[in-house]
Order: sequence, then C-alpha cells, then structure tokens
Amino acid sequence: MQKGDFSKEFLEKIAATEPQWMREKRLEAYALYESLPMPHTTKDDVWRRTVDMRTQDYWRRTRRHLRSFAVDRYHPSVPNGAVSPEDVDYNEAETAGVLVQVDGQRQHTSDSEILKEKGVYFADLHTALQAQPELFRSYFMNKAVTLETALKSGNIAQRNKFDALHGAFWQGGYLLHVPKGVRVEVPLRVYIRMSEAEQADLSHTLIIAEEGSQVVVLEDNLSTTPDASGFHSGAVEIFAGQNANVTYVQVQRWNRHVWNFASHRAMVARDAQLCWVTAMFGGRLNKINQAVVLEGAGGNAKMLGLAFTDARQHLDVSTAQEHVSPHTFSDLLYRTVLKDRAQSAWGGNIYVYPSANHTDAYQKNDNLLLSERAHADTLPGLEIQAHEVRCTHGATAGKIDAEQVFYLMSRGLSYTEAEKLIVEGFFEPVMERIPLESVREELNTSITRKLVTS
Amino acid sequence: MSKDLTIKDLHISVQGNPIIKGLNLSVQQGEIHALMGPNGSGKSTLAKGLMGHPLYEVDSGEVIFDGVDVLELEPNERAKLGLFLAFQYPTAIPGVSLANFLRLAVSAVRGKGANGSEKDGLIPMREFRRELREKMQQLGVDDSFARRYLNDGFSGGEMKRAEILQLAMLEPKIAILDETDSGLDIDAVRIVGESVSQLIGPDLGVLIITHYPRLLDYIRPQFVHILLDGRVVESGGWELTQVLEAEGYDPIREKHGIDE
Repeated sequence: MQKGDFSKEFLEKIAATEPQWMREKRLEAYALYESLPMPHTTKDDVWRRTVDMRTQDYWRRTRRHLRSFAVDRYHPSVPNGAVSPEDVDYNEAETAGVLVQVDGQRQHTSDSEILKEKGVYFADLHTALQAQPELFRSYFMNKAVTLETALKSGNIAQRNKFDALHGAFWQGGYLLHVPKGVRVEVPLRVYIRMSEAEQADLSHTLIIAEEGSQVVVLEDNLSTTPDASGFHSGAVEIFAGQNANVTYVQVQRWNRHVWNFASHRAMVARDAQLCWVTAMFGGRLNKINQAVVLEGAGGNAKMLGLAFTDARQHLDVSTAQEHVSPHTFSDLLYRTVLKDRAQSAWGGNIYVYPSANHTDAYQKNDNLLLSERAHADTLPGLEIQAHEVRCTHGATAGKIDAEQVFYLMSRGLSYTEAEKLIVEGFFEPVMERIPLESVREELNTSITRKLVTS
Repeated sequence: MSKDLTIKDLHISVQGNPIIKGLNLSVQQGEIHALMGPNGSGKSTLAKGLMGHPLYEVDSGEVIFDGVDVLELEPNERAKLGLFLAFQYPTAIPGVSLANFLRLAVSAVRGKGANGSEKDGLIPMREFRRELREKMQQLGVDDSFARRYLNDGFSGGEMKRAEILQLAMLEPKIAILDETDSGLDIDAVRIVGESVSQLIGPDLGVLIITHYPRLLDYIRPQFVHILLDGRVVESGGWELTQVLEAEGYDPIREKHGIDE
C-alpha cells in the first residue's frame, strides 16, 4: 500500500481536494509544527502550564520514553476517495448509527432511519468537509482544540507540537451534528482501528450538540493486531450547546506498540450537561491533554477516567477543569491500576475564573499499584480567582492492601481471584457513574483481560 | 466421622517477637470451646496464624485438620478444607458488594463443578440468591446488606453480623470467632450470640476467642481454656468462666508464675 509522510508535499496532496481555507489552515499548522522542538528535547514539560519541581520529576520519566520515539518512522494513509462505504448490520434498537474506520480510511458508515428523520448529520470527516463546509469552518480546530487560545489550559495546546502536527495532517475521524432540540436516546458507535504496522492515525472527533439536544457517543480506538507498531495523533472536540445533554465515551485499546498523543477538549454551554468517560488500556506511551471548559452559567461536567496499564506502558495525562462562568459544576474522578513496570503520571488543574462565582469543582485521582515496580505520580492543582467557590481535590497512590488480600483468601478466593475482586472494587466508583450497562460490561472484559495477561 | 483440628506445641512470632509459645489445643466438629485470655496473651495471633496470615510466622509445631498439615496450605486452601475465621476487625473492601463477594467465596469453598455449578465455576445465581435470602432471614439480617460494599462503612455490630452471615453461607467444619463480642454494646452481643447459637450443631466445631465471658451467655461452651503468655495454662468446663468472673486473671497468673 502507498504510504504518506509528514512532509509539505504530502500535506499538499491531502489538501488538493479540500477548500482553500482548509489548505491554509493546514499550512499554518505545519509552519507551527516545523517551528516547535520535540517536547522531550526541552527540560520543561511543555504540555503543562505550570512547571514545578514535582512535575519535573515525572516529566523526566515521560522524556525518557519519548527519546525512543521518531515521528518519521510512521506513515499517514494516502487519501483514497474511492472507498465506498458499505452498510453494516446493527440493531437499530440499540445503536442509532455506526462508523468504522481502518487506518485512517472510512470503511463503513450507517445511519439509522431515526437519525435521517431527525436531521442528525453523522459522517466521516472528509465527507463532512464537502457536505458541511460552514459548520466545519466555524468549529473545526477553531474553538476547542486550537493552536492559539486565551484559555488557561489552552497555553498547553499553543505550544504542543503534536496538536500542530494533527492540525497539519489530520485525516479520518467524524463529524456528528445534532440539531436544536433533537434527542437521540440510542447510542451512536464509532470504531477507529489501526491494522498495518507503522501506521499513523490522525483521526479527529468533532461532536456538535445544538441547544436542547441529546446524544450518546461510544467511540472505540482499537488495534486489530497485537504487535503492529503505530502512532496516533488525535484530537477530540465536543460542543455541548445550551441545555444540551452529551455523553461521550472513549475506550482506548491500542496495542502496546502504539505511541498515543491527543488533545481532548469539551466546551459546555449554559445549563448543558456533559458526561465524559475516558477508558485507557493500551498504548506504549500515552500523552493526553483533556480539558473541559464551562463557558455558560449552570453548565455541568462529569469527567470519569479509568485506566489499566501493564508491562512497560507509560501513561501521562493532564486534565483541566476550566470554570469561566458562575454556577458551574465539574466533577472529575480518575482511577488507574498499574501492573508490572507500568508508570503513570497524572496532573490535574481546576481553574476558576474571577467571573465564576458559585462554582463547585471536584477532582480526585487514585492509583492502585499491583506490583512493586509499578510507579504512579499524581499532582492535583487548583487555581482559584473567584471568592464563592466550593472545591475539593485529592490524590492517592497505594499498593494492593495485604489485609484485604488475606481477608478474601481466608474466604476461599485464590490470590488471583482476590486481586481481581479488589481491582473491580477499585474501579467501581467510576463504573457506577457510567450510565450504560453495555459500556460497563465491555470495560469489565478489558479489565479482566489485563489481569490475566502476564 | 467428625473431624478435628489439633494444635500441637505451636510457636508463632510476629516480626521476630515470639507470641504463641508452645500451644496445645484440640477442637472437634460439634464441640464448642472457649479460649479466654487477657489483652496481649496471644489470642488474635493464634487466630490469624491458624488461618495463614503471611505476617504471622509459624516457627514450630503442628496444626493438623482431618489428617492434613494445615500449615503447608495457603489461606484459601484452609478455607476449602473447612476452616473459618470470623475477624475481630474485618477488612473493608470498597466497591465489592457483599453478595458478589459471597457468591465467589461460596463457589470457591464448595469447589468447581459442585452441585449444578455453571461453566464459570460459580454456583447458579438463582440458587445462590435463594440461599442467601434464607440465611439472611434466619439471622435477621436486613436485605440491604447484600448490596452494600463489604464492611465498608459498617458499624461494629453490622461487621460482626456480616461475619456470622459468611459463616452461615460457607458452612465450615471448624469456626474460629476472634473476639466477635469486642466493641459491641449489650444488645449487639445478644444479637450476634443468638445468631451464632442458631448455627451450632453436630457439623460445626467452634473456637470462641474472647476477653470477656459475655458472649458465652448465649453460646455455652463445653470446654473452656485459659490463654496466658502464649500458652494454654488451664482447661476445664463452664466453671472456669465463673472463676474468672469472680477473681479475674491474677490468681491464675500467680499460680503459673506469669508476670503481667
């Protein structure tokens, strides 16, 4: 198969069929990409806004991993407009629409009759660019994941080489647009897969839920082979319009040879509700920035994270909860289990703007270490500029409790069974807040698989 | 034939400190024994050592149950053999419901393939639920117990009742009750005592480890032993509890030349 690269020539090839403004946007991002150093060549963690002694300690670990990453080893797909979407069978009672993408190329899309009737637009991003240019131009990398922004956590993105790379070479992903007042109760499902070795996946998620709408999206990022190396440079942009209700679940199950970089940002408008679940199991190195911006008064965001890493996986996640408007609520709970020699670094910040009185913001990160050689760093942070605010934050990291294991074993469970039960119990506070039974079941399957592999 | 747990010249140390120093004791299925001793005499060390807690080092001696050398076994294998320990301080397992845990435990103890077990080795859900409901009713335990996280946020009395419920479900041959009455008010002691007495029968041997004789008002032991300084120094019948009640441990200490 023909392969692309991260050159200007290849960029021109991708942009050839696109509107001029998109080509210019890509070139602008490319110029920024060229001008920025690889993050690990600097001492500071350029992904984080504040760098202090503690962040430097875990940044050192991430840098060490990044030294064996070379972007040129990976190849984006050559756009292939000829792939015609096939219909996939699915149960319309359980799924409102399906999109399947393999190695950056759309393979299938299907909309249920319900979606068509309601005027919901759901398509791969290339098709969407042709069909919905106005929507695209107004939202795509323009308001949420942007290369320049006045937002506090945005300073991260401004200097992020991988966001710039994504902006220049993005391919694949999807646009979901839910019109005003339209409620889609049945989930939409997206499968983003990598199959070939040395594949670069640059897919982009763009979800726009207009005023008073409701939608549930389940997105699965998966390697189809256990040992094909890969590189993912992704972005997720979510817009929950006024009084909209959005549930977005992303399950990341790349194999252990995938370098995973992404920026995720959600904008929550007045009285909107967002339930955002991120589950991470795969990746050789994961460097994820995730931010929610509560733009409108009364906005409510739940951020739930669940991660299980093993072998020599490295997980580095920065989260931000930005309260711009008053009477906003955010609640973040991230729980990570680490096995073998896995490492994780989590840094979270709550920003409360002077304009955001009567804000409630909560943040909690807990880590459970199943082996002596696993390592977890956690760094919660607050930056509060309003006066009437209720905030709590906390972080824990601990080894599996020998007393718990003994208690369970004294009741007949083997060590493995006891460990499994303790891990399931550890994830339960996250699980019980996930509103979909099918998602909980899928996550449990992934957790069990992680526990039994050694 | 009834089975027995026989402890011979057992020595247990914790972090290098000898605590149990040559203990002998034998409990048979169907018998009720009380092991009484003051704080620091080694009661809990014996209980945890018998169940195989990794921090409790057995230096020498034998523990034989039904002809099997128990000391060679992991805690879960001891449970499968029919030993049960009701903990003085049960450990909370947040996020794990009592029912979910008990189904795994009951399935493990009864063994794979036991009466109609499903492919995953678990006893069928319907059967388990029926049995759990019956036992909970028998012991007067509230239905909501099953859904609560194991010992998480339980009051002292609730924890002990959850222990007795587990005892009822796991149907061991020998149960060790480690200070099951400690930290409970008089009503709670009565409830726990009555619960245990309902479970007593020819198939269950009980070793009640306790500081106070309160629980024994509800579960009358046939055999009473006094534990001092890591050894059983006196054995007798019910009358020993009366002596203790009247005079405390001091005269016995004196008799055996043991300093406080």
